[in-house]
Amino acid sequence: MMRFMLLFSRQGKLRLQKWYLATSDKERKKMVRELMQVVLARKPKMCSFLEWRDLKVVYKRYASLYFCCAIEGQDNELITLELIHRYVELLDKYFGSVCELDIIFNFEKAYFILDEFLMGGDVQDTSKKSVLKAIEQADLLQEVRAGTLRGRRKRTKAKGTLPALDTLPAGPSCPFPPSLWRLAPKAPGWPAGPQALTARGGR
Amino acid sequence: MEAVNLLSSNKYTEKQIGYLFISVLVNSNSELIRLINNAIKNDLASRNPTFMCLALHCIANVGSREMGEAFAADIPRILVAGDSMDSVKQSAALCLLRLYKASPDLVPMGEWTARVVHLLNDQHMGVVTAAVSLITCLCKKNPDDFKTCISLAVSRLSRIVSSASTDLQDYTYYFVPAPWLSVKLLRLLQCYPPPEDAAVKGRLVECLETVLNKAQEPPKSKKVQHSNAKNAILFETISLIIHYDSEPNLLVRACNQLGQFLQHRETNLRYLALESMCTLASSEFSHEAVKTHIDTVINALKTERDVSVRQRAADLLYAMCDRSNAKQIVSEMLRYLETADYAIREEIVLKVAILAEKYAVDYSWYVDTILNLIRIAGDYVSEEVWYRVLQIVTNRDDVQGYAAKTVFEALQAPACHENMVKVGGYILGEFGNLIAGDPRSSPPVQFSLLHSKFHLCSVATRALLLSTYIKFINLFPETKATIQGVLRAGSQLRNADVELQQRAVEYLTLSSVASTDVLATVLEEMPPFPERESSILAKLKRKKGPGAGSALDDGRREPSSHDINGGVEPTPSTVSTPSPSADLLGLRAAPPPAAPPAPSGAGNLLVDVFSDGPAAQPSLGPTPEEAFLSPGPEDIGPPIPEADELLNKFVCRNNGVLFENQLLQIGVKSEFRQNLGRMYLFYGNKTSVQFQNFSPTVVHPGDLQTQLAVQTKRVASQVDGGAQVQQVLNIECLRDFLTPPLLSVRFRYGGAPQSLTLKLPVTINKFFQPTEMAAQDFFQRWKQLSLPQQEAQKIFKANHPMDAEVTKAKLLGFGSALLDNVDPNPENFVGAGIIQTKALQVGCLLRLEPNAQAQVSGALGGSPLRVHSLHPAPSCLTMFFQSHASALWPCLLPLLPPFCLSILWSSSPFPSLTFISPCSFHPLWPLFYLSSFTSVFPGPSHRGERGQGSGNVLPSQPTLL
Repeated sequence: MMRFMLLFSRQGKLRLQKWYLATSDKERKKMVRELMQVVLARKPKMCSFLEWRDLKVVYKRYASLYFCCAIEGQDNELITLELIHRYVELLDKYFGSVCELDIIFNFEKAYFILDEFLMGGDVQDTSKKSVLKAIEQADLLQEVRAGTLRGRRKRTKAKGTLPALDTLPAGPSCPFPPSLWRLAPKAPGWPAGPQALTARGGR
Repeated sequence: MEAVNLLSSNKYTEKQIGYLFISVLVNSNSELIRLINNAIKNDLASRNPTFMCLALHCIANVGSREMGEAFAADIPRILVAGDSMDSVKQSAALCLLRLYKASPDLVPMGEWTARVVHLLNDQHMGVVTAAVSLITCLCKKNPDDFKTCISLAVSRLSRIVSSASTDLQDYTYYFVPAPWLSVKLLRLLQCYPPPEDAAVKGRLVECLETVLNKAQEPPKSKKVQHSNAKNAILFETISLIIHYDSEPNLLVRACNQLGQFLQHRETNLRYLALESMCTLASSEFSHEAVKTHIDTVINALKTERDVSVRQRAADLLYAMCDRSNAKQIVSEMLRYLETADYAIREEIVLKVAILAEKYAVDYSWYVDTILNLIRIAGDYVSEEVWYRVLQIVTNRDDVQGYAAKTVFEALQAPACHENMVKVGGYILGEFGNLIAGDPRSSPPVQFSLLHSKFHLCSVATRALLLSTYIKFINLFPETKATIQGVLRAGSQLRNADVELQQRAVEYLTLSSVASTDVLATVLEEMPPFPERESSILAKLKRKKGPGAGSALDDGRREPSSHDINGGVEPTPSTVSTPSPSADLLGLRAAPPPAAPPAPSGAGNLLVDVFSDGPAAQPSLGPTPEEAFLSPGPEDIGPPIPEADELLNKFVCRNNGVLFENQLLQIGVKSEFRQNLGRMYLFYGNKTSVQFQNFSPTVVHPGDLQTQLAVQTKRVASQVDGGAQVQQVLNIECLRDFLTPPLLSVRFRYGGAPQSLTLKLPVTINKFFQPTEMAAQDFFQRWKQLSLPQQEAQKIFKANHPMDAEVTKAKLLGFGSALLDNVDPNPENFVGAGIIQTKALQVGCLLRLEPNAQAQVSGALGGSPLRVHSLHPAPSCLTMFFQSHASALWPCLLPLLPPFCLSILWSSSPFPSLTFISPCSFHPLWPLFYLSSFTSVFPGPSHRGERGQGSGNVLPSQPTLL
């Protein structure tokens, strides 16, 4: 079972975190700081697995983002590595050549996709199609309310109340005002663009 | 409140945001939780799959106990309901898994479990994937309920493995069919032993072979994802093969496959290959195959650029080490240590120390290795490591001289590590006399060498050196004046450190007040250390932490493989099992965590020192008012099942740990002389809670009463947590006897009564007195004793290669003298002894004829051991040999020299003054102690009578230093 998943940038900014085991806030911060240090210090040719505390950490770098999963002793490292890749593919397909900014601004979507893909630390569905179908359905339901929200969203953006990137909190603990939510980003059936993260990422 | 309102909204957006809020608001606001639960319940009951999924996600995200209480009953229903949508089923399965992990007691098992298993047959791959996760977790707790899943999983797996890469459409990942599901299925199968049904098993083996075959095929894609997914399945397959550990063919194939990966250009694969090979090395079938890769692994250790890969390589070297390659591996690891990363140095030091000890054939090599270790990485050599070398040197006579010489040479280096000074100080203090004959290491030279390091050392080392000095005074009277001068110096007598000051004052007084006899008694050589689990191993385990990686398990599993590989591991206990008796835990609970070094060893010995004084008195003249307990056969329980096994460990040994469980440890020290014996039982309370009504009693079953007299002293009825109490048993053998007396220990621990019955390790051979005899004499008597009832013969097969030295040691431990050059066949062992009882003495001749052919070919037959006895009707002896032969002889032969079972105080080997606080004792307490002692033992004549060799277990044993 996966214990937690972190996304952070090369500069050490946490972009997304998902904890599958109840952990206190303090402990989380400590672990994140410690793990980021370890992972960021590693050179590109090093292997993607490391033993950290009593867990195994599997990480992979895509462009400027590190995707980092902590798994338990008996779990399979390689399949976790591919889990990360599948998640990136999902993001890529959903956002269309996803980049770090997409995840920063649409973190809630990134979380929803992750939720559809993983649940309680285990893979829920590995099929790209079915995950995306679920997300699209959800987006369609949102569409109903889109009209009323769209106007407000534009106004707020114009006023420049969008928080600075660095102060943007991550995690489900950041309830953005609904007015800022981006609506269904692209019409269904959009072509697969150049795969930004995937193309540059990996080795 | 607003959020809860949102939950009950019909609009998806509102509901979604409501749920998002909830996952933030998890604090146990009871009122709110109730409302939330209500809303979730409504959603679960709704027919809208999207809403249901949202609710399930929310439950899984929160996963609290309250949620569990509210929904644990509903979710299984949704999971198996025929009309649930696939996506809902998936969510429900994982949600249930989450709740089960959070609070397993809340999830009721019921008829739904059978239907969950059938989800493995579901059409929808997503559902299967989710369900496998759930089943894997559930079946760990109730393996029997889910047994049916094996065949389903196997058939599912074989369908996936044999499918073409396009069959599964979206579930194919870079041309690999359903890698996640395959991995999960393989993991599920690892929860169970190999399937019993031959058809299922055949199908499974076929699957595993297919996976191994596929690894050899050219890749269908150049993408790294393709090979990763493929290899993920391969590694999981290999761990399943290792788990089954029953298919030599597959194991060797797996090993070869991993061998290929060892040189793969992908770092990840090299890392994983090293890791899996570590577990593979512990399997008896593949150990040899793993060993063929030793050069590659050593090369990896040297050239690999990634520290974590290097660490894996070091782990693997540790796992694949056995007697044949120990020297090579240890020297490679030592060489690597010089350049190793700081983070893993300590672990490597521990591993080197363990390997060197475990596979040492000659102990001079061991001593060299450890001293090298200290030289190379002194800072990383923890206390346990150098304690251990001291213990081994102390317990083994044959290396003491060599060790003294080597440390002396090592200390001559201009800069040597403090640990080296410690080891050197201790060894020279104990065995410096062995090299004093050489003018280059004469006593004054030894002293000045040590003293030249004195000022550079920390307080602890200085304290140790002071003890060494006082020992020097005893060993070399000619250094007395110099040393007294050093002790008298103001820097010692007025040292700011209270410990050093106290030692200086006490030693100075001791050296000037006490007579040489007293000095010799007090400062006698340390007795051999009792054998315990190697604290180094304990430390390595602790370092690895709970749930640590494979290396730890290897440690446990190794013995089996090494036995096969010609190692002569002791059967009852090995270094690598947690502790000699931990396997025999009376409580059958999980073994105690590796850590508990029980009460600090030094403290214990000190307690022993004090209790020795009074305990010794009755031995000289037991006062009539001394209340001896000799209870009749009361209502004691039968001996614990392991009692016989425990007893057998002591047939050839007098000291050791008789019994150990989580609460209590019973150690034995005993000594026998003619028909008398004295036994010390040490009861250690391993918990932190006081034992109440502690009462150990000795019971004589049957007519043993007339054969053996055992006098016990009462012990305190309370044993404090972490404390140890000692009981003295005086034993007299009246007649020959067969069954050992029973020891019944009863106490209350935390209110619950505990009782335990063990067999006391008193067997007839303890009263064996060795006798020397010439060859002619021997055979003359041997022929005389040829009546059928005068002979007992047992033919048995050796379980292990017979090593002459080991066998000799065992026979000596058995009690008879070994007669050299008596038997015309040099392979044979002959011995003679007299069994001493009060009523009569029985002469006994013994002959062991090892039969090498029988042992090699494994044919019937074996090595006869014959005992001829003078006594006309040695019924008891015959019976003893017959009944104990089966248990005794297998353990007789393979046992290594005692150190191998070993093991030790986990803290300081110096039961010194360190634990006496100066305020609670008079600074001159050793003198009081001395006086109490001398009144007990009137000087050397008494010692002479007891003999030097047996002095160790006498109360006069000088544990002062």
